[in-house]
Amino acid sequence: MSQELKVELEGVSREAIGGVIEQEELESVGAPPARVGFWVFIAGEVIILLSLIASAIYFRLTYPHWHETSTFTNVIISTINTFILLTGSLTAVLAHHFAFADAWKKARRYLLLTMLCGLAFVGMKAYEYSLEIQHGFYPNTDPFWMFYYTITGIHGLHVFAGACILFGVWLYVRKTKSKYAVENAALYWHFVDVVWLYIFPMFYLT
Amino acid sequence: MTMGTAETSWVKRYLFSTDHKVIGKQYLLTGLFMALIGGILAVAFRTNLAAPGVLSDSAYLRLVTYHGTIMFFWVAMPVLLGGFGNLLIPLMIGARDMAFPTLNMLSYWTFVVSTIVLILSFFVPGGGFSGGWTIYPPLSAMPEAFLGEHLGTILFLFAVALEFASMLMGGVNFIATIITMRTKGLSFFRLPLMIWMQLIASVLFLLSVTPLIAGAFMLMMDIFAGTHFFTVTAEHTGNPILFQHLFWFFGHPEVYVILFPALGIIAEIFPANTRRPFFSYKTLVWTGIIAGILSFVVWAHHQFVAGINPYSAIWFSIFTVAISVPFSIALVVMGLSLVNGSIRFTAPMVWAVGAYAMFIIGGLTGLPLGAFTSDIYFHDTYFVVAHFHYTVFTIAVLSAIAGLYYWFPKWFGRQLNETFGKWHAILTLIFYNGFAFPGFFLGLAGHPRRYASLGFFEYLHEYQWIHVMMTVSTYLLFATQLVFAVYFIYAIFKGKKVEDPNPWKATTLEWLAPSPPPHLNWGNTHPIVEHDPYEYAVNGELKAKGMDFLPQGKLYVLKKSEAEKQEQEG
Ligand code: HEM
Ligand SMILES: [Cu+2]
Repeated sequence: MSQELKVELEGVSREAIGGVIEQEELESVGAPPARVGFWVFIAGEVIILLSLIASAIYFRLTYPHWHETSTFTNVIISTINTFILLTGSLTAVLAHHFAFADAWKKARRYLLLTMLCGLAFVGMKAYEYSLEIQHGFYPNTDPFWMFYYTITGIHGLHVFAGACILFGVWLYVRKTKSKYAVENAALYWHFVDVVWLYIFPMFYLT
Repeated sequence: MTMGTAETSWVKRYLFSTDHKVIGKQYLLTGLFMALIGGILAVAFRTNLAAPGVLSDSAYLRLVTYHGTIMFFWVAMPVLLGGFGNLLIPLMIGARDMAFPTLNMLSYWTFVVSTIVLILSFFVPGGGFSGGWTIYPPLSAMPEAFLGEHLGTILFLFAVALEFASMLMGGVNFIATIITMRTKGLSFFRLPLMIWMQLIASVLFLLSVTPLIAGAFMLMMDIFAGTHFFTVTAEHTGNPILFQHLFWFFGHPEVYVILFPALGIIAEIFPANTRRPFFSYKTLVWTGIIAGILSFVVWAHHQFVAGINPYSAIWFSIFTVAISVPFSIALVVMGLSLVNGSIRFTAPMVWAVGAYAMFIIGGLTGLPLGAFTSDIYFHDTYFVVAHFHYTVFTIAVLSAIAGLYYWFPKWFGRQLNETFGKWHAILTLIFYNGFAFPGFFLGLAGHPRRYASLGFFEYLHEYQWIHVMMTVSTYLLFATQLVFAVYFIYAIFKGKKVEDPNPWKATTLEWLAPSPPPHLNWGNTHPIVEHDPYEYAVNGELKAKGMDFLPQGKLYVLKKSEAEKQEQEG
């Protein structure tokens, strides 16, 4: 007992010591930091994209040709892209499910599939941009294209970042088997997916 | 969890450390260094105001721009959040480090890179950005709108973006740490007020800077992709006012991001030096939260004359006046904390009382600027400059230095001289008022801000002597701080060692740890919270028991687990 009371901390006063305690008694009830931290980060990301969307709406109110111009966007490619993103969300859910069921082989396979969805999306998007540029629509053509390129561009960057994160997590969990890493990667994917569900009607379906 | 750090290399321990205390000190010292630069700039352009012609007009504007930007983003934030936040949060909540130590290190080094880019932007051909810390387009978006050179502007914007990235990493870390790493017994309403203030500040920053990041993307598109979000040409009608909205949606809460930690410092110093509990802890917390929420609906009071809808101006006036209610309550509660105390005028206390008094001037003079009828006259005059210096100087200098005197023994294990500290406070207060207060009169006389000299304004020529007086005060103020800077560095290495780890007899958890605390703070013990944060003896039971104060918690020795025991024996 007396040996256990030995304080390995120089310079604290005796009165500050209250007694002995078991490690288990300390287990904090708080949520896991990784989860809280990532939600806070996602909240920030959501506001960035919402602000861009709000700015677009603000411009649209005073720009009479918005609707007309929007008919030039490519509904076919964007619909395919929507399906790609939704498929990715499904595989992300599965990856999360299997990770928490400790089926790591499957979990990692679905992480990789989600990543491939991300890359497919970015590839399609790049092709779509090239078509638009061929038709003479540039970022400075008019307010519609200005917002179109900026918002879909930033979203595309997010999808690409998501693919990189998924790849990183795929590598990382091989040894660490970190469930929260999978959870956060999946969460990020859902976030880019949900944002797209706002962007899609805004630029393609109006 | 080992305590030993002896075997880690110097680089790991002092440079790329993940220890919150090392990172906190790095932020603190970098911030203080930048304060020196911001101060030198102020001395330079103040000289020009007293003796016009020392600087060219464009150099004047450039220095003012860098001064404002540095003071906000490279001094106030790194010192009050990066420095005080990192140094105090884990200790005050009884944790061993921040939630994400590596992210913390990354945050600091991103900040260092941003500092280097900022300094670089000043020296590139054509010079740095000169359009004011508000970076309004078209000045920031079009080279032809100002002096024709744009490289400095681009680097300047890039530096600010990096600084935001760094502070965002810190903010996420602060929020996650305060929510998840509190020790046993430390419920939210037992958190020391400083921690509440850091939490509110971090949330405000996250919610307000993100729209500005969206604005920054659009600004970058205007610069690099030829879009016209914010610029107007013959063929394209962008909307410069939109940028102003995004900027001030950030800008107003940003002032509170630095204000709240400053109030937190005062709220820690007052109870410890009056030996009585804070007057209504919960009121301060709630007024902080309410003011934080309201800070998101007042932004357009900066744009009353920018061409916004006059009917919306009415609403922004009403909200602005409304926000003064929680702040008045907060200041009253702080004042009441002094009543009936047995006040000890220690050096930190003198600073804190001084800061408190100056906040009152700053707050009251904000009202005529928030009501649009009077602001139409005051806008962009020296009245504004005087008003916001009464707030931001109080935040970034008076409160921060109060905190330095208070926590110096904790962080460095040494004591700053008390007499020195008091004289330092008194001289600073005198010279500060000397450079800031006359601004109100200049503003009333119609003196516009951001002008290098009075040349155009014949009606102001008779006031030139006021500028001379303000400049002399600035010199004296700056000299005082230089003496302090030298003494501060001296004291870090050579100051008198503290004998008692709790020299102020304060209650909060950080004072339970040794001074300075070791790596991972608590050794083989763990702090557990048993009381409210400010149990001082002036009134009530404690005094009856003959006690002066009751620490918020106690240290408990961690029993070794079976595995650890075996390992040690084997
Ligand atoms: C040494 C003490 C200081 C002096 C003598 C000083 C002086 C000045 C003066 C004269 C101006 C206005 C110039 C003009 O409009 O023509 C100014 C602007 C400004 N100052 Fe200070 N200041 C000091 C400290 C601070 C501190 C501590 C902060 C903030 C934390 C600060 C923030 C600003 C800001 C944001 C501006 C506006 C810049 C702009 O218009 O773009 N100053 N300062
Ligand atoms: Cu404001």
